[in-house]
Amino acid sequence: MNTSSAIRLIAARELKVKIKDKTFLISTILFLLIAVGSTVLPAMLGGGASSVAVADSASATTLRDAGLEVTQVSDDAAAEQAVRDGDADAAVVTGGGEPRVLAMDDAPRDVIDALSSAPTVQLLNPDAVDPLLAYFVPFGFAIVFFFTSLTFGLQIAQSVVEEKQTRIVEILVASVPTRALLIGKVLAGGLLALAQIALIAVVTVAGLQLTDNGAVLSLIGPSIGWFVPFFLVGFLMLAALWAAVGALANRLEDLQGVSMPMQLVVMIPFFLVVFLSDNKPVMTLLSYIPFSAPTAMPVRLFTGDAAGWEPLLSLGVMVIAAAILIGIGARVYDGSLLRTNGKTTFGAAFRDKESRRLADLNS
Amino acid sequence: MTKVLHLEAINRSFGDRQVLRDVTFDVTAGRMTGFVGANGAGKTTSMRIILGVLAPDSGEVTWQGNRLTREDRRRFGYMPEERGLYPKMTVRDQLVYLGRLHGLTVQAVNRNVDDLLEWLSLGERANDPVENLSLGNQQRAQIAAALVHDPDVLVLDEPFSGLDPMAVDTVVSVLRERTHRGVPVLFSSHQLDVVERLCDDLVIIAGGAIKAAGSKDSLRDSYAQRRFALVVAGDAGWVRDQPGVTLVDLDGPRAVFDLADGADDQVVLRAALERGAVRSFGPVTPSLAEIFREVAR
Repeated sequence: MNTSSAIRLIAARELKVKIKDKTFLISTILFLLIAVGSTVLPAMLGGGASSVAVADSASATTLRDAGLEVTQVSDDAAAEQAVRDGDADAAVVTGGGEPRVLAMDDAPRDVIDALSSAPTVQLLNPDAVDPLLAYFVPFGFAIVFFFTSLTFGLQIAQSVVEEKQTRIVEILVASVPTRALLIGKVLAGGLLALAQIALIAVVTVAGLQLTDNGAVLSLIGPSIGWFVPFFLVGFLMLAALWAAVGALANRLEDLQGVSMPMQLVVMIPFFLVVFLSDNKPVMTLLSYIPFSAPTAMPVRLFTGDAAGWEPLLSLGVMVIAAAILIGIGARVYDGSLLRTNGKTTFGAAFRDKESRRLADLNS
Repeated sequence: MTKVLHLEAINRSFGDRQVLRDVTFDVTAGRMTGFVGANGAGKTTSMRIILGVLAPDSGEVTWQGNRLTREDRRRFGYMPEERGLYPKMTVRDQLVYLGRLHGLTVQAVNRNVDDLLEWLSLGERANDPVENLSLGNQQRAQIAAALVHDPDVLVLDEPFSGLDPMAVDTVVSVLRERTHRGVPVLFSSHQLDVVERLCDDLVIIAGGAIKAAGSKDSLRDSYAQRRFALVVAGDAGWVRDQPGVTLVDLDGPRAVFDLADGADDQVVLRAALERGAVRSFGPVTPSLAEIFREVAR
């Protein structure tokens, strides 16, 4: 058996175990609900055109032409009663000549607009993003990257500790190279994380299309498209380090403490992007720092602040950083996997000679 | 070339502490080799070096005359000292997984798993997660994990610890069946009575150095002093005055004594018969525990 078939077996086991895992299922469902909720729900709640009760047939035609849901009633009193009973959102009465709009507690914008002639509006910056969206989109990217990266990163670490704590790792290492173990785990974790965010992306896009938010979609679509490769590289960049912190811990109980630096590496960019998303110089900087780029660059693309070549450059920087960090992570993983007595520090594991002697022995 | 696993002058230190010194011994095909020594004598370290989980500072391990490769080791079965399988995976799933990792096809591994589960009386628990099994059954599953890929060599660190006598017999029969197929088996144990009953060859390690190695019988012979036990009708105290006799133990009518080279045991027997009835007389073979105490001293 060669290394690649060993990797396949290892990755297949990890996938099988994780797909049955409750954390994975719950987080996937939760994200999907959020994606559905944030796209479909506002349309349902803000819910379509107002219903209007009206007696005057000329007004009824005007209102109907404006796309409102019109109920024709016998007289103004019946129209008012319909509003009081909650059968209509508004009523239009013409008792005194000029039409008046009746409503319970909220002036129905669309009814008023239908009856008035608006002045011509010329937008000077027609592409400017709705301020509400401008707030939610960075938050959305940041939270998806943060949670997915943290969840799947921690799962890689946990899977390593489990093998170390149960000592099954000795049986594994006696038959397959440690490199195969590491790659198998990272591939499985990466695949699941990617599947999860791809699913979220698809649901979000479908949700926007379904609710006729075509304008929003054309704004956010390219950012989502870029987010996927950024996410993938960003996740793989940290995956080997997650495996390394797993190997540094001797027991699952140690993992929380040992993995704290990694959690910060994921958490700090999250808060920076969420709180500083309207600070352009800071966001530009963040979009080139490999740890925050997966979130910051798609946000800048969304707000239209990034030129077309920028995501490519940023992705290039990330790929280089990923190569370095994967190398460090793999070395620390090898150096600490078989150390079971006492606490192993990151530095000691990095300098470990035993693993290299073993590798020589088996080559 | 006979199938021999050979350790040649293995040295290993942890920091300043040398835990193995020129460790050299053989594990021969078709024989059970018992590996005995006190805690910390170097048994586990030696086994980890055989399996490539630890590197020696110097020396090498060979199999059929060639230096061990990972391909060879993949055909080894190993039971580590500290036990563990995936707690949440079912017994069957993890045996299949480990068998596949050791290079078996799906068909071969399924066949082996069925056989092993039946042999180790684990069939009913096959689809339970390991964490739900009793400790004894977990231990059986661990043994199955070492055997699932029909290994060419078996290295078992304390395979009998934590097993009840029935389970010991089950495991022994499984291991015997492997040695009959020509597999060399190396196992360590604290339970000297079990080792004595089971092993064909014996390796005794103390303080990181091999103190004795060879077949159980030859070790017995070489460590057997000319020791005899005599039971007479009356008091046996007179034996101490016989020429060449060194009294080891005296308990009323029963005497255990060593005879000097050249002294004749039949002379002592005749002297006993002259004094009255003799209930029994014969040589005493040393137990493994006695040899071990003698050697490891």
